[in-house]
Amino acid sequence: MQLWLIPLLPLIGFLINGIFGRRLPKAAVNLVAVGSVVLSFGWVLKTVFGLDLNTVHTEHYFTWIQSGTVNIGCDFAVDRLTAVMLLIVTGIGSLIHIYSTGYMAHEGGYYRFFAYLNLFMFFMLVLVLGASYLLLFVGWEGVGLCSYLLIGFYFDKKFATNAGNKAFIVNRIGDFGFSLAMFWIFKTFLSLDFNTVLTHVDGKDPKDLTIIGLLLLVGAAGKSAQIPLYVWLPDAMAGPTPVSALIHAATMVTAGVYMCSRSFPIYMQAPDAMNWIAIIGIATAFMAATIGMAQNDIKKVFAYSTVSQLGYMFLGVGTGAFSAGIYHLMTHAFFKALLFLGAGSVIHALSGEQDMREMGGLRTKIPWTCYTMLCASLAIAGFPFTSGYFSKEAILGAAYHHAPWMFWVGTITACMTAFYVFRAWFMTFTGKYRGHHHPHESPPSMLGPLVILAILSLGGGFFFKIPEFLGTFFPTMEAPEELSLTLIASSAGIIGILIAYLMYVVKPGIPDSIVNGIKPIYTFVYNKWYVDELYDATVVNPLVAGSRTVLWKGVDAGLIDGSVNGVGARVSNVGGLLRMMQSGNIRSYATWVLLGSVLVIAVIVGFAGGIR
Amino acid sequence: MSEIPISWFLTLSAILFALGVAGFLFRRNIITVFMSIELMLNAVNLSFITFSYQRQQVNGHLLAFFVMVVAAAEAAVGLAIILTVFKNRGTLNIDDIDSMKN
Repeated sequence: MQLWLIPLLPLIGFLINGIFGRRLPKAAVNLVAVGSVVLSFGWVLKTVFGLDLNTVHTEHYFTWIQSGTVNIGCDFAVDRLTAVMLLIVTGIGSLIHIYSTGYMAHEGGYYRFFAYLNLFMFFMLVLVLGASYLLLFVGWEGVGLCSYLLIGFYFDKKFATNAGNKAFIVNRIGDFGFSLAMFWIFKTFLSLDFNTVLTHVDGKDPKDLTIIGLLLLVGAAGKSAQIPLYVWLPDAMAGPTPVSALIHAATMVTAGVYMCSRSFPIYMQAPDAMNWIAIIGIATAFMAATIGMAQNDIKKVFAYSTVSQLGYMFLGVGTGAFSAGIYHLMTHAFFKALLFLGAGSVIHALSGEQDMREMGGLRTKIPWTCYTMLCASLAIAGFPFTSGYFSKEAILGAAYHHAPWMFWVGTITACMTAFYVFRAWFMTFTGKYRGHHHPHESPPSMLGPLVILAILSLGGGFFFKIPEFLGTFFPTMEAPEELSLTLIASSAGIIGILIAYLMYVVKPGIPDSIVNGIKPIYTFVYNKWYVDELYDATVVNPLVAGSRTVLWKGVDAGLIDGSVNGVGARVSNVGGLLRMMQSGNIRSYATWVLLGSVLVIAVIVGFAGGIR
Repeated sequence: MSEIPISWFLTLSAILFALGVAGFLFRRNIITVFMSIELMLNAVNLSFITFSYQRQQVNGHLLAFFVMVVAAAEAAVGLAIILTVFKNRGTLNIDDIDSMKN
């Protein structure tokens, strides 16, 4: 079925735009970048509909690593889970590429942006298609690289490069866990192929499986921005907005969820590890939602919202509702991509303004953006029968069966989610315009993807019944639909919307009085729970100080430079002494020759006893 | 006629060589230095011939001839150089010829 074509097309796009992009006209860059991804999407459609997905379709290309018992091939495989991911990645990717042609039209480094974006698509598709942990890891690292490059896209801005570095370094911690997990998997299973590993879980030591599961969770927490490694994602919003939508909302950050779902046979045998996934997921969902409520930067709100929704996905995976996790992954890809693209459209309309306090009343000025974003907001709030409603219900239902407290925390989080999203929407689109730019509606290339995503956000839950599609893939969980739970969870969302309506439309004075009423809590939340400060104080500063005093001043300047410079200085000293011999006087040279030959003869005669 | 002992020849050779060395080290005139070198070469030649005679082998003669050839060539080239140096500098004092150093 030529699976290799799927990632190869974006790679070709990357090569063309990366090498020749500077000389190509914008239309050609667009054609290459968008064309390669759309073609890739087409090929995915052909593949998915042309294959019998009840069995795994594997393609072996070549042996990558062969050493002793290690035998790792370059294999791509498609099964139902991969099919879902492929469709999300290439589908959303195509839309965002189209959107970017409008959004980036006036930016410098146009070709560079699309080259990176295509490279990202290539690595993301390798990640999804790879049939072994190692190949997945290749894609995993590759998307991390592209994420770094695109966060730091505006490399002349200090905060953007800092954010890129932060993302890269924090992800290293997660990747370290992932690497250890792979070593442990290889030690336990003597293989890294999904096919081998995931079918030989029975009879393995549960302790090994738990360790593998926890280490994989560390990796997933890094890539998917979970506690304690989520801190890079909000900063990653320094990149261009389409990047936030594609990489930091819809696709790359869900790689951890994908990886954990892929490893479900391991987790099924390691309930402790699963429980930790659920705990970390719910904690992240709650914490990020509280932070999201107090942000004023529109992209920051959605960034924390992404962290929070990823927490939901982890909650789903951790409670055994793998298909619900993937379901939410898909619906989240729809509505969060739409939220970011809509935010991008707003920012575009306001010539770069991101602070919601400078917005307001944009409904009449940019109506398309306004109403598409309303669809996304309804979906993320879990408004009944939107896409987010289905996936969130599925997760919360599973959470209730796992541990009721998780359901309640999740429900409160759902309420907060609805609140902060509609707070953003009301602050942006209703009331009076508070800024001083001249808003203008975005071009059709940007509105088209918005409309498509709006339809998907509203109806995606109906169109794509992921739990049914993946029903045979994952083990079924006994989580009967309970009407009361559904009612509670969805009414929580509606309550959140109403509170936001009350506070930001009906009586706009309320937020200030509430903030004053709970000043300490508000300050705490507004400052993001001081987590960055905590990390700075406990990890970053000691590390920097230690590096500065011990590694730099001590080891590097003292030991290494000292020894190297010392050798040089000693050689110079000795040379200075030996220099005296080179007087330029022939008779002194002759004396040296004489003394030397006397010495040689003395040695020969005295020690060696003469010549025989 | 009683045979002259080998050691006499060798002693003569050593004395000649030492004279050559002393001349090389202590004389300032470059011509004298040059002649001292010739003296050393010939002292060595004498040793070669002596050992060759003692051992009844032809190798020593052979080497002596080589040395003579080299010495002849050296004399030709060396004297040419000395002439040029004298032409350019107007001195034959070896202590003044140190332009490689400065």
